[in-house]
Amino acid sequence: MAEVDQKALLQFLLRMGDNTLVLGHRVSEWCGHSPILEEDIALANTALDLIGQTQLWLGYAAEVQGEGKSADDLAFLRDAWDFRNVLLTELPNGDFGQTMMRQFLFDAFQSVILARLLKSSDTTVSEIAAKAIKEVAYHVERSADTVVGLGDGTEESHSRMQAALDYLYPYVGEMFLSDDVDAAMAAAGVCPDPTTLREEYDALVSKVMANATLAIPANAYTHKGGRTGYMHTEHLGHLLTSMQWLQRAYPGCEW
Amino acid sequence: MYAQLIKTARSGIKSREEMSEQEREFQDKIDNDIKIEPRDWMPDDYRRTLIRQMGQHAHSEVVGQLPEGNWITRAPTLERKAILLAKVQDEAGHGLYLYSAAETLGESRDELVRLLHEGRMKYSSIFNYPTLNWADIGAVGWLVDGAAIVNQVALQRTSYGPYSRAMVRICKEESFHARQGYHAIMKMAFGSPEQKRQAQSAVDRLWFPAIMMFGPTDADSTNSDQSMAWKIKVKSNDELRQQFIDQTVPQIEYLGLDLPDPGIKWNEERGHYDFSDPDWTEFFDVIKGNGPCNTDRLKDRVAAWDEGQWVRDGLMAHAEKKAAAKIAAE
Repeated sequence: MAEVDQKALLQFLLRMGDNTLVLGHRVSEWCGHSPILEEDIALANTALDLIGQTQLWLGYAAEVQGEGKSADDLAFLRDAWDFRNVLLTELPNGDFGQTMMRQFLFDAFQSVILARLLKSSDTTVSEIAAKAIKEVAYHVERSADTVVGLGDGTEESHSRMQAALDYLYPYVGEMFLSDDVDAAMAAAGVCPDPTTLREEYDALVSKVMANATLAIPANAYTHKGGRTGYMHTEHLGHLLTSMQWLQRAYPGCEW
Repeated sequence: MYAQLIKTARSGIKSREEMSEQEREFQDKIDNDIKIEPRDWMPDDYRRTLIRQMGQHAHSEVVGQLPEGNWITRAPTLERKAILLAKVQDEAGHGLYLYSAAETLGESRDELVRLLHEGRMKYSSIFNYPTLNWADIGAVGWLVDGAAIVNQVALQRTSYGPYSRAMVRICKEESFHARQGYHAIMKMAFGSPEQKRQAQSAVDRLWFPAIMMFGPTDADSTNSDQSMAWKIKVKSNDELRQQFIDQTVPQIEYLGLDLPDPGIKWNEERGHYDFSDPDWTEFFDVIKGNGPCNTDRLKDRVAAWDEGQWVRDGLMAHAEKKAAAKIAAE
């Protein structure tokens, strides 16, 4: 097996950690505003899990980077072009349906990739995956149930969920793109090439959408640029503006 | 304590002679510290007062998410963000727990929420104050949860079983929040000059609202007597307030912050801190709806509920379809 290229490993870890950081932030925006108290609890819980996973991924990323930085430095002191999350995670919450659809499309991906990462040649990666997969198993069950419940609910909830799927589906493809970083990770046995995960993902998503009576858009375009950092959406900058504000306004403080 | 100015549903305390046989038995149980349980007989006014108190307490937990949620997206570190998310999740859980306790008295959560949204039920006035800087989040945990604990520890001995048991559980989590809040404000008070300035500002703004959480002075607290006799309330407003002030003043001093009230002074004779009377006009203004955030807080909650209607309808419709399909299959 090829030796692990540390630069590529860092990129891979940033992709994992930025996904959970940015989505965790988005989900946390719901605090106190969800349709029912149980959902407030569930959304806070999901956000909390995602932030917890971020601490692990970015903590390891900082270690691999070897510049004496912390997970917090990576989260709060990089600008948008250095973020490596997929575009899906930075899209605005929209209504509750859009939030839960986005959550499911991401949870499904996480459940597939984390299962593979359990066998990663990198033991830190496999340990993080072992912890995260327990949380994600619950997340995907809940988001799938909600997508089914709302898709197969009333006429209004159905049409809102279909609109959410139509809006979000073009962002799904990016999670399965492959580049040199992915090739290096696959060669070193750290993480399988994302293209090899698509079949399992599609099977899961198709099943849930069928139960939800929702139609997956045919020939959807693939928006990309998040995981390479080449071109994020306009939304990420605003998210970072709030997230990083204290660290930027009062640099070097302890909190 | 997230319940203030709960109007006891009755005008005066009945003497033993005035009580019916049932009322006497009920009062004996209370006097002997035997908990009242949902299926036990209880006076209608006892039931109504408790519903008001637990409902207001539950609403406070739910509305209390908003001032803290105001900073979740701006929390300065991943750890602080996680701690705040966990806290807010706990608060929502307390709300759920208290609504369930109120349901044991025959009042549904939906009905209580409707009364809140129509402005006919209240939540603690403290949540009508804004959180303006990061130190406020520490101060909310330390002072607001701290004040709540003083009250809720006492309420563990309240006469209604489900409420008392809810308090036992809630107190454990609140103590944790108060410690985390104090830790957060310590970092600020011992940090850079700007951080310390934020900490001082937080204490200055939140001190009086926090001590007003205990409600008006005993002399002006017209609703207390019956609630005390029924042990819905266990200690008087003034006793609880003094206890809170006595435990909190040394904590402010430890932080090296200026005391937020020039009237705070150790009174050797009383063995307690003296303090200035809060501005009770402000308290009643906030209760009446004129606090800095009343309108926005309620608007947020009503909007969340209204905008969520399609979600609740959708999920109900799906559940009904599933149930019907199951029956058809049998």
